[in-house]
Amino acid sequence: MRPLVFLEHHGGALSRSSLGVLSYASSLGAPAALIAGHELGALAAEAARFGASAVYVADDERLAAPLPQPRVDVLEQLMAAEGFDTVLFAQSVLASDLAAALAARLEAGLNWDLVELHGEGEQLVGRRPALADSVWVEVGWSSPQRLAVFRSGIFEPLERPAPLLVHAFPVEIRPRSLLVELLEPAAERPSGPSIEDAEVIVAGGRGLGKAAGFALVEELAAALGGAVAATRAVVDAGWYPYETQVGQTGKTVAPKLYLAVGISGAIQHKVGMQASGTIVAINKDPHAPIFDYADLGVVGDLNEIVPRLTELLRAAQAR
Amino acid sequence: MKLAVCVKAVPDTLGGRRFDPETRRLDRSGELALSEFDLHAVEEALRLRDAAGTGEVVALTLGPEQAREPLRKALAMGVDRSLLVSDQAYAGADLLVTAAALAAAIGREAPDLTLFGQQSPDGEGACLWAAVAERLELPVISQVAELTLEPGRVLGRRQTEYGYERLAAPLPALVAVSDSINEPRYPSLKGIMAAKSKPQQLLAASELGVSVASQTSVRGFAPPPERGERRVISDDGTAAEAILSFLRERRLFA
Repeated sequence: MRPLVFLEHHGGALSRSSLGVLSYASSLGAPAALIAGHELGALAAEAARFGASAVYVADDERLAAPLPQPRVDVLEQLMAAEGFDTVLFAQSVLASDLAAALAARLEAGLNWDLVELHGEGEQLVGRRPALADSVWVEVGWSSPQRLAVFRSGIFEPLERPAPLLVHAFPVEIRPRSLLVELLEPAAERPSGPSIEDAEVIVAGGRGLGKAAGFALVEELAAALGGAVAATRAVVDAGWYPYETQVGQTGKTVAPKLYLAVGISGAIQHKVGMQASGTIVAINKDPHAPIFDYADLGVVGDLNEIVPRLTELLRAAQAR
Repeated sequence: MKLAVCVKAVPDTLGGRRFDPETRRLDRSGELALSEFDLHAVEEALRLRDAAGTGEVVALTLGPEQAREPLRKALAMGVDRSLLVSDQAYAGADLLVTAAALAAAIGREAPDLTLFGQQSPDGEGACLWAAVAERLELPVISQVAELTLEPGRVLGRRQTEYGYERLAAPLPALVAVSDSINEPRYPSLKGIMAAKSKPQQLLAASELGVSVASQTSVRGFAPPPERGERRVISDDGTAAEAILSFLRERRLFA
């Protein structure tokens, strides 16, 4: 089996999440990659650097907007032309819609939110944490073509340089795939790494007491070179922007370090960050659920601990 | 303006959700509730109808007979009528079958705009609309946090991993709304009373003529993996130092 990995990109860079899937896919066989867009520059070389044995590049003006429907046409044609039967995606707004529409077009099985995939003879078996991660479900496919969407950010991209083998793939796009129009593209983030790509995240919750409490979190994040995230409760309260929200209805993140400040850690939050490498939590309530899954839990007053920690980190860096 | 809302009837609370080890399907035998995410889609449809001052909202679901009760809640909120697609043939339906059945039902209704909630709270999927749109060959916009109707088209503002973007699609179209789009209303007493006399239609699989089969399966279950050793300390005035040395120990800070 030769898997094809859909590589998502934005602002001239491939997404870390989809590069992680590319790295992971090498355990299934030499993975090929598809990059679809317009004016793609050095992205194919980047894909080869992360182990793509062949890179298919669909470069077309009509693929400039990051929309799913024209990409369904591209993937359908590429699978037919090159005989790919397994396509892997990293979960995102674009990839989820693309995978589901492709599944409907091909009548191919789609499993999502996977954290594992392996072969058993001719079969593929995936694992998906379900019911708020309380149980792991083993899933399979019965169609000859198989689509798999992995949970965002769960695999580390590994550099594994492969010879650059680029195939320009000409596409035919159906008029009906071009009905949605992008009026205004997503603006670049004003500052700091986006939370899905950050290796360090400092997250603040209701325990900060007020919106101004986020200054403590921002300073700590800056000292660690990380991004700032927030919980549903504080986003709803208008203390911090929605795009920083981690959890069931926000983003799913998996940084090397997740430092939770004033967050109780209800299941809705947990599902968005439990894949983090190391979790450190500061909370004044010793019964907060986050202490059940933090690697280091600190029961105490964040207003004392956080500024002191920021100061220590800055002093260590200054040396 | 004709609006459709696709909703899901889900086992009542998160704690009560479990897989049936026999069928390997989610146990839907108990009481079902309207998905909290779909309340936002219902609310948005009602808002659009009421702003236009005319039109009809129909709520659609694919589910077991007990889905009548959650549909009644949608009617009590103000939806004009409901359509339940229910058939033993659909038990354990995967994305493909669900999308095909809903697409067939939507095709019969031919609404100008079909709304979805942002995700399924039990199946934890967030992509059904795209499969339905593909079957209907209609445009779709997902994760919409602000929706505007103009003559002949729908505009949406949404959040992606890279920030906010604005999209437009000609009608008829499908839109999945995010749960930040509005605050769903509670059914009023008057609404609850009125719901009793609203049309509630039941359709069987044979009436829809859908011949798609599930292409995914559940093979088994396993407990989630345990995390490694954990430590909890109480601040004795040196917690910041303890965190720093822990970060160094884990090589997370030089």
